[in-house]
Amino acid sequence: MTFTIPIENGDAVKIAEAESQRTLYPYVTGTSIVAIKYKDGVLMASDMGGSYGSTLRYKNIERMKAIGKHSLLGASGEISDFQEILRYLDELTLNDNMWDDGNSLGPKEIHNYLTRVMYNRRNKFNPLWNTLVLGGVKNGKSYLGMVSMIGVSFEDDHVATGFGNHLARPILRDEWHADLSFEDGVKLLEKCMRVLLYRDRSAINKLQIAKITEEGVTVSQPYSLKTFWEYSSFHNPTASAEGSW
Amino acid sequence: MFRNQYDTDVTTWSPTGRLFQVEYAMEAVKQGSAAIGLRSRSHVVLACVNKAQSELSSHQRKIFKVDDHIGVAIAGLTADGRVLSRYMRSESINHSFTYESPLSVGRLVVRLADKAQVCTQRSWKRPYGVGLLVGGLDESGAHLYYNCPSGNYFEYQAFAIGSRSQAAKTYLERRYESFQESSREDLIKDAIMAIRETLQGETLKSSLCTVSVLGLEEPFHFLDQESIQKVIDTFEKVPEEEEDAGEGEAEPEAAPVAAGTGEQGGSGDQDVAPMEM
Repeated sequence: MTFTIPIENGDAVKIAEAESQRTLYPYVTGTSIVAIKYKDGVLMASDMGGSYGSTLRYKNIERMKAIGKHSLLGASGEISDFQEILRYLDELTLNDNMWDDGNSLGPKEIHNYLTRVMYNRRNKFNPLWNTLVLGGVKNGKSYLGMVSMIGVSFEDDHVATGFGNHLARPILRDEWHADLSFEDGVKLLEKCMRVLLYRDRSAINKLQIAKITEEGVTVSQPYSLKTFWEYSSFHNPTASAEGSW
Repeated sequence: MFRNQYDTDVTTWSPTGRLFQVEYAMEAVKQGSAAIGLRSRSHVVLACVNKAQSELSSHQRKIFKVDDHIGVAIAGLTADGRVLSRYMRSESINHSFTYESPLSVGRLVVRLADKAQVCTQRSWKRPYGVGLLVGGLDESGAHLYYNCPSGNYFEYQAFAIGSRSQAAKTYLERRYESFQESSREDLIKDAIMAIRETLQGETLKSSLCTVSVLGLEEPFHFLDQESIQKVIDTFEKVPEEEEDAGEGEAEPEAAPVAAGTGEQGGSGDQDVAPMEM
């Protein structure tokens, strides 16, 4: 990988080396993240699965992590790239703490930092294959934002990644409102996660809910949702589509 | 200060543990025309005296906007000050771009101080000959810092640098305890009165000073001549009251005091080299 090719166009050398190192496809992936703002801060839910293609290979992956004092990061997509991002953020928060001056990076700053990182990687055709959800509370203000692998970034009151975009968002649009209580927030997230569990092939029935408030981050213990498989349309699923399975 | 065998370059220590070149650089700050800074809980005011080379020329800019929430006033080698202001603007805007958040003042001054320190430890560089009063507002409140050519920085409630700054400092020392809770208008008035102290007898006119303000909900900006003149009019109308009765006695002492501390050459401006304002 480090041999030199005597070509006049210097970029060609770099591209030749880079080919073998660019991210072309993801390998071990996490599925959706769903997150909402509620009365005291932000609630985020994710399952603990890491798929290896269509195999549900890893069942104990934490896809949500606390960042600094004020933020919570959730990721879907390539797990190794998520770990790399955690290393970048570790360095960032370490240096921030080393100033020791009473200032600290809030969720807005971290969101923007991540946007810069993701966008710059995308410009080099070597993306971090993740969609990130960044939630946090600082000085009483809640913050919730998302960054995709191509650097598209925005803030909203409720966000979802992956399959959640298609299955969870409609539910959130209908049922989210400002100042949800903690219980109502969890119920809403569980409703979304249940639909994802039924319909997303890469979802597993082991999820965590994380909460971030002014006091800090708490990630719940993993638990399962109750499911019901005796719906009549599950009995003969191909009734309306002859020949499919 | 007198010449000695340890003052040729900045990388030579004297036997008493001094770096003379650095101290000489601090002398350059004292030669520049005065700059003053004060802060309250919510605002920072920077003010300076406008001294032009001659009647024909305009005066040099000594106060610079670094960002909406940070301003800097300089005294000493203006060219060095301009370069450092550009560095500060660059640091501030880079931080804003990456984090979409204003750079906190404390972190900016540390970077500035570290940059100045480098010049005190390289044989092929010289220390910056400019003192900077950095005023700004961030999450932790309003701040005023003074950055030295030595690479040190200090936080102040109020401070004055440059020639005849001692007079301003005396005025500020008397009043500083009230600054924290001062209103914006009182703070501006105190800044202009401190400027007046450095003029030592010369009539205070709005054309002689530049005043800038920044605060909560108020991005850094300069006050226009009219507003400054209005403030001057509130106290210059009664020249014998206010503090002037006291100043009448203080003035004759001010000159020998100033000469004693070596703040400027006895004849003040005539001895100032053209590049130092």
